[in-house]
Amino acid sequence: MSSLPLRVDGAGKSFGKVQALAGASFEVRPGELLGLLGPNGAGKTTVIKAIAGRLQLDAGTIAVFGRVLTPRDPRPDIGLVPQELAVYPLLTARENLEVFGSLYGVSKADLGKRVSWALEWSDLKDRANEPTRRFSGGMRRRLNIACSLLHEPKLVLLDEPTVGVDPQSRERIYEMLSALRQLGVSIVLTTHHLEEAEQRCDRIVIIDHGRIVAAGTLAELLRSSLGNARAVEVRLASPWPAHAAVPAQWRVSDDGRLVKTEITNLGQELPAMMATIGGAGVEVSDLTLRGSTLHDAFIALTGRELRE
Amino acid sequence: MIGTLLRIGFINIRRDRVVQALTFLLPIMFFSIFATVFGNQRNVSERITVAVADEEKSEYSKKLVKALAAEGALKIQTTTERDGSGAELTRDTAEALIKGGTYSVAIVLPKGFSEGRNVFQPDPATPKIQLLSDVSDPIAPQMVLGLLQKVSFTAAPDMLATDGMGMLERYGGTLTPQQKESMATWQKLLADQTASGGDAASAGGFAGVPVEQINVMQPGGDSRPTISFYAAGIGVMFLLFSCSGAGGAMLDEEESGTLGRLIGSRAGMTGVLAGKWLFLAIMGVIQLTVMFVWGAVMFGLPLWSHLPGFFTMTIFTACAAAAFGLLLATISRSRAQLSGLSTIIILAMSAVGGSMFPRFLMTEGMQKMGLVTFNAWALDGYIKVFWREAPIIDLWPQLLVLAGLCVVFLTGARFFARRWETL
Repeated sequence: MSSLPLRVDGAGKSFGKVQALAGASFEVRPGELLGLLGPNGAGKTTVIKAIAGRLQLDAGTIAVFGRVLTPRDPRPDIGLVPQELAVYPLLTARENLEVFGSLYGVSKADLGKRVSWALEWSDLKDRANEPTRRFSGGMRRRLNIACSLLHEPKLVLLDEPTVGVDPQSRERIYEMLSALRQLGVSIVLTTHHLEEAEQRCDRIVIIDHGRIVAAGTLAELLRSSLGNARAVEVRLASPWPAHAAVPAQWRVSDDGRLVKTEITNLGQELPAMMATIGGAGVEVSDLTLRGSTLHDAFIALTGRELRE
Repeated sequence: MIGTLLRIGFINIRRDRVVQALTFLLPIMFFSIFATVFGNQRNVSERITVAVADEEKSEYSKKLVKALAAEGALKIQTTTERDGSGAELTRDTAEALIKGGTYSVAIVLPKGFSEGRNVFQPDPATPKIQLLSDVSDPIAPQMVLGLLQKVSFTAAPDMLATDGMGMLERYGGTLTPQQKESMATWQKLLADQTASGGDAASAGGFAGVPVEQINVMQPGGDSRPTISFYAAGIGVMFLLFSCSGAGGAMLDEEESGTLGRLIGSRAGMTGVLAGKWLFLAIMGVIQLTVMFVWGAVMFGLPLWSHLPGFFTMTIFTACAAAAFGLLLATISRSRAQLSGLSTIIILAMSAVGGSMFPRFLMTEGMQKMGLVTFNAWALDGYIKVFWREAPIIDLWPQLLVLAGLCVVFLTGARFFARRWETL
């Protein structure tokens, strides 16, 4: 276990009366891409900051490659990609890479090579000598990531790396991350794009109210949170009648024409559902049956209440 | 609709303390500062201290000193120490007091000056009364000159009458014995009147005693050092503005996330602050140098002959101003807050500290109050360099204070910058 890229154990942190982390524990395995998901204010950014040494925990430990770190300890093995576009707009892409490479300890002898690699890797070679204020959001996102990788960290923390970028740039960013993983780098990313996490991440950790509420592969997560449940959507020919009772597990849309629920035993529960609808005197116009997604599991685990 | 817009405006201003301060507090503060500066400037209750070196010690010179001392607008200092102790002043020690900035004007009564005192026909061969002055104070020497002329007539009316009679006999013919007797009675009356401390001023006046005005700071009557005062005054004020503005780049960096990157690097918070401070200090030195070079090229400011003193002052001033800029930036939570805070503090410091209006023209109380500001110490140093021709070693009080302020500002900035570090 000591060789794990990251192990967070019992992390606790409060800001005044607000408890941001309440004993969160999880780990990152060598070479994996771990998705850290959670609603707004769940504690994702707090835990990322604590790992990066930007925040002092009230409780718990953080171990990187087996070494328990305090906030003051240097973290040459970690590359933090902040959520903000943390690049200088008046500097060119090359200049940004050079200054951050230098500040993060890349030797003068290696700096040129590392900058060339970063420009190639982020697909910015052709625009290397342009001030970044002329860049699109996607280009700045890519440069933002590249600036954090010049010192060749073995563990990369990305805080919402694809927020506000178009699908093409998002695709490019995940290609960049795949290339990194081929180099043996372990990655933790936070995101609100659940379908991305579903498709790209090896494992997923869901955090809520400062606690880890689920962790594992997508299949493990779905099984542990929803069992074998499948989502059923029934579109009705006429609105659900007011006099008819709605079963507790069902959710009826405002216009009364769409019924949603989850069923685990297809053979028994689906005919019973159709019978209930027929008994209410309503005809079914369409039916959709699908397996559970990460979105379903996320909602099941974290609830539907707004957090902000 | 208009009502809604007004409501938005009032809610915003009610919740923005900086805007409230800029709108209401700053004008009141500036009004108070300028009312104090100009309203009390050289008011009647404030006396000008004049160093007097009586090198003749004649009956006439003593009467002149006594008459000067009797003037309500003057305070006479005849010894080297303010409390009246120390050696009697000579021309050299009086000049040294002017050059050192202790007083702005001195009267020297040289040996033999009274022999040529005849106001009707001064003898050009005899030494003249000398009025030593510091051009940095354009008002005091003129006041003292006028009063000197006045007392030259009123201090010894009997002697003046004797001179007059001599002139009458010389050009109008010898007086009869009866006339001479009558004149002697009148002269005795005049002498008794002044000896008993009567109102000398009421004795009347004629022309004037020959007085040589000497500007000891700029013997050639050169006004170029005055330019250096304004270069320093304006330069220091804008240096503070540019340092606080540039220090505010940290707030932009905080917002963009680059500050987080910098703090997370090998540099750490202390390294980041040190780097920023050094950058601001270098920029400050360049900014002041450009200003003074422009002054030298365009207005004949005597920069080239004062380079060592100029660079010493400029380096210390820029270092302290850079630290001040960082302190303001670390205290402020946003660019808007920094802008408001720096406007209020820098304008107030500049007004009281002499960047807008020379401190030596302020009342003594205001001058002392100015010493709590950064500007006053920096400007005093530049004045020493360009006006008083002081050697660098004499700048130690200013340099010590600026260095001390620099350390205090940097320590404060480091303290407040903790909010950007580990929480």
